[in-house]
Amino acid sequence: MTFDLFEKFDSTLENFNKLPTGELNPFTVSMDEVLSPTEAMINGRKTILAGTNNYMGMTYNKECMDAAEQALKSFGTGTTGSRVLNGTYNGHKVLEETLKDFYEVDHAIVFSTGYQANLGVIATIAGPKDYVVIDADSHASIYDGCAMGNATIVRFTHNDPENLDKRLARIRRKDPEAGILVVIEGVYSMLGDQAPIKELAEASKKHNAFVLVDEAHSIGVFGKTGRGVAQEQGVEHLVDFTVGTFSKSVGTVGGYCVSNHPKFEVLRLVCRPYVFTASLPPSVVASANKALELIKDSNLRVKLLENSMRLNRGLSEAGFNMGTTGESPIAAIIIEEQDTAIAYWQNMMKEGVYVNLAVPPATPNGLNLMRCSLSAAHSTKQIDYMLEKFIAVGKDLGVLS
Amino acid sequence: MTSSTTEIFEQIREILSPFNQKGVEIETSTTFATDLELDSLSVMDLLAAIEDHFDVTVPLNILPDLENVGQVAEAVKNILDE
Repeated sequence: MTFDLFEKFDSTLENFNKLPTGELNPFTVSMDEVLSPTEAMINGRKTILAGTNNYMGMTYNKECMDAAEQALKSFGTGTTGSRVLNGTYNGHKVLEETLKDFYEVDHAIVFSTGYQANLGVIATIAGPKDYVVIDADSHASIYDGCAMGNATIVRFTHNDPENLDKRLARIRRKDPEAGILVVIEGVYSMLGDQAPIKELAEASKKHNAFVLVDEAHSIGVFGKTGRGVAQEQGVEHLVDFTVGTFSKSVGTVGGYCVSNHPKFEVLRLVCRPYVFTASLPPSVVASANKALELIKDSNLRVKLLENSMRLNRGLSEAGFNMGTTGESPIAAIIIEEQDTAIAYWQNMMKEGVYVNLAVPPATPNGLNLMRCSLSAAHSTKQIDYMLEKFIAVGKDLGVLS
Repeated sequence: MTSSTTEIFEQIREILSPFNQKGVEIETSTTFATDLELDSLSVMDLLAAIEDHFDVTVPLNILPDLENVGQVAEAVKNILDE
């Protein structure tokens, strides 16, 4: 008999403690100095950042930095308040106007993180008598939004419109009047696959369900003006709510939800993850605003996808078992054994390449991945260096024959 | 047509076989986490297979209450009876 609340974590700790300490531990890396969107000093070594989700390299964009600096000087380091109490500055309103313009929609609400945007919107709009129907491979923030709310949660097979249709039909048979929210992602971050939004949304509409698309990994990357996969696929009219983040292509932190629902603004009163937290600092708001303006007309998307294709193709031609195709900014090598994946990560780090070691439950189907997220800021030289090291380490570890 | 919990359990035992990689003898008291060593995602996949077999909705909300196979059979019975 124990009363220790932490006993439940013993098996997690046991696994963690099997990992080496210090610079060979994949989960305790700290960057001593950041040199650019694609390089940092880590353990005294100049290292290429290959897994930052910094798709457009916006973190060091001159105009964004200038806007942030100006806001910092004019408005201080933080708002110290909720959006509803003391925490809405002119910048927050401007940013919401920019989002409305960016998406050509009636309403936009900014949250303090992308995680909170999913948490807040899903948990709030789906009430006790409603259903949330989610893709099986949904991000943790979607699962957590479901756990926080009071709706009935149903899961459908990843990217499978027929399976969704079947589950919606079952719900409707039992509950013809219930509100239903279907939640999908534009791009799934681990394997970079896109949702077939048209088919999924049409199945949803057939059963009078609302559709929410999380474009966290696709804003900036896809669509003529960078709105994401729904724009790319020409199906924005089928989407009721778009959620996204400023922490990837936009190069800072924060989240948002946009919609044309006429009553959308009421969320500012009832959405607890919006109300009961401090709003974004003015400098963050200013850089996000500038980045959105730049993303809209940017051709960095083309460069980004060229970079990704170059790495994906190179790895594939070298004989790796790939989880990705190069049609998104993600490049992921599937590694059979977790121990090999850890060793792979460590060897890449020694060679000056910081990739993501992605293991279950963050990955679908129990996969172990060496995951890269490319940036438009990566040079061809950097990508070729990464490729060279992936192949060398792969041969050393027997992953490549 | 209503099925008894025992009949439902027998069907779930069948559905479980691809998930039972260790070849554990399945009883009503067999637990997912300890006996079958299934992680939460695998348990959700199992529930999806059960949903399709019985043509019912098994909400994820009841997942925390489902530790063993018998409890799943009981839950499906309740859903079918509704």
